[in-house]
Amino acid sequence: MAKSSRYVPPPSTGWRKLPIGAVIPWPGNSEEYKTGSWRTLRPVIDQERCIRCAICWMYCPDAAIIELKQEYTTKAGRKYDKTYVVNYDYCKGCGICANECPVKAIKMEPEVK
Amino acid sequence: MTNQYYRSIADLPREELFARGHRMCQGCAAALIMRWLTKAIGKDAIIVNATGCVEVTTTVYPYTAWKHPWIHVAFENAAAVASGVETAIKMLKKKGRIPKDKDIKIVVVAGDGGTYDIGLQALSGMLERYHDVMYVLYDNEAYMNTGIQRSGGTPLYAWTTTTPAGTVWRGERRPKKPITDIVAAHRIPYVATANPAYIVDMMNKFKKGLEIEGPTFIHVFSPCTPGWRIDTAKTIEVSRLAVLTAVWVNYEIENGEFRVTSPVPRRKHVRHYLKLQGRFRHMTEQEIEEFQKYIDKEVERINKLAGKEVIGPVVE
Repeated sequence: MAKSSRYVPPPSTGWRKLPIGAVIPWPGNSEEYKTGSWRTLRPVIDQERCIRCAICWMYCPDAAIIELKQEYTTKAGRKYDKTYVVNYDYCKGCGICANECPVKAIKMEPEVK
Repeated sequence: MTNQYYRSIADLPREELFARGHRMCQGCAAALIMRWLTKAIGKDAIIVNATGCVEVTTTVYPYTAWKHPWIHVAFENAAAVASGVETAIKMLKKKGRIPKDKDIKIVVVAGDGGTYDIGLQALSGMLERYHDVMYVLYDNEAYMNTGIQRSGGTPLYAWTTTTPAGTVWRGERRPKKPITDIVAAHRIPYVATANPAYIVDMMNKFKKGLEIEGPTFIHVFSPCTPGWRIDTAKTIEVSRLAVLTAVWVNYEIENGEFRVTSPVPRRKHVRHYLKLQGRFRHMTEQEIEEFQKYIDKEVERINKLAGKEVIGPVVE
């Protein structure tokens, strides 16, 4: 599994330069295409209220919620060893995370105010 | 019987094997199912994908969201191609071109159109020939990719572009085709139904389907936001309500042994499930009651199969 599938399609490829059979030899290269531009509402995670249950991470259809091994201490003094952040490059803004969050720590905010 | 691979969210695999940037709709459950399916199957697998939403949206040239070897085939022959792939691997192992102990999984991903209607004979043939393939059906209950035409999986009273809701037609006239019963009648080792609201249960079923030798079939419920006319944020809520109202029952049949994996001791009225979806908006009170009666009958049948009351009476 090639990890670096950095492929940017040239502006004018022409059929002569295509791989034989027009196969795509770059597995997972759709990551080059940023679906974040589809979004009208952006999810914002309130790290103070988040209880690190991973439900948003589990239900995200675009894998746009990333689990970081980053420590976080809330103002109340509670320590967590994980932090959940949104990858805005790929988040399409569907709102499943905000709808499913058991403590309502995720707010959907308009992209343009 | 109840060997669990995953017990909670903490056990679930963290590595993403389904690339981001695919073009599935906002809030698409099929995208979520593919994400978890690829995590369950691991790296050594070949995916055979019938035409459908998943195929069209994941491989927009020159991009692909798949990190596995992947082959796209027509609607009708996904199961037949998977049979060929499985046999080819068996032969290559026999000839020594592939190490004999290498475990390569073959997984078919097909939609309801490619399974209920068009691909049924190929699927039946594959099950009969007993190929070691896992068949995953993501059921969004119509041909969503081409613009919401009815399929064999469309439920009673659902609006689609080919079953309009007016004074004469009241949406789909026929109930859903019992595809899992058809598949289970082939007496294959493992048949299961899964729901994206119950991910841990779904992952256990995927894992079990892969581990068991012989053909296995997983039928996954997959709400479609544009086709069902639901809010993009409500995908999981609708999936969960389908189980809580017993419109959808999560069960598995392992070597003929029937087991309900998500029992609902006190079920909700189907009204709660229907009112979230625009495709059932035209339904009158009387039609909702008729739908409820149909579900009651189904529940009775499930309880009889399970041999005890796993789905309880309507309470709210």
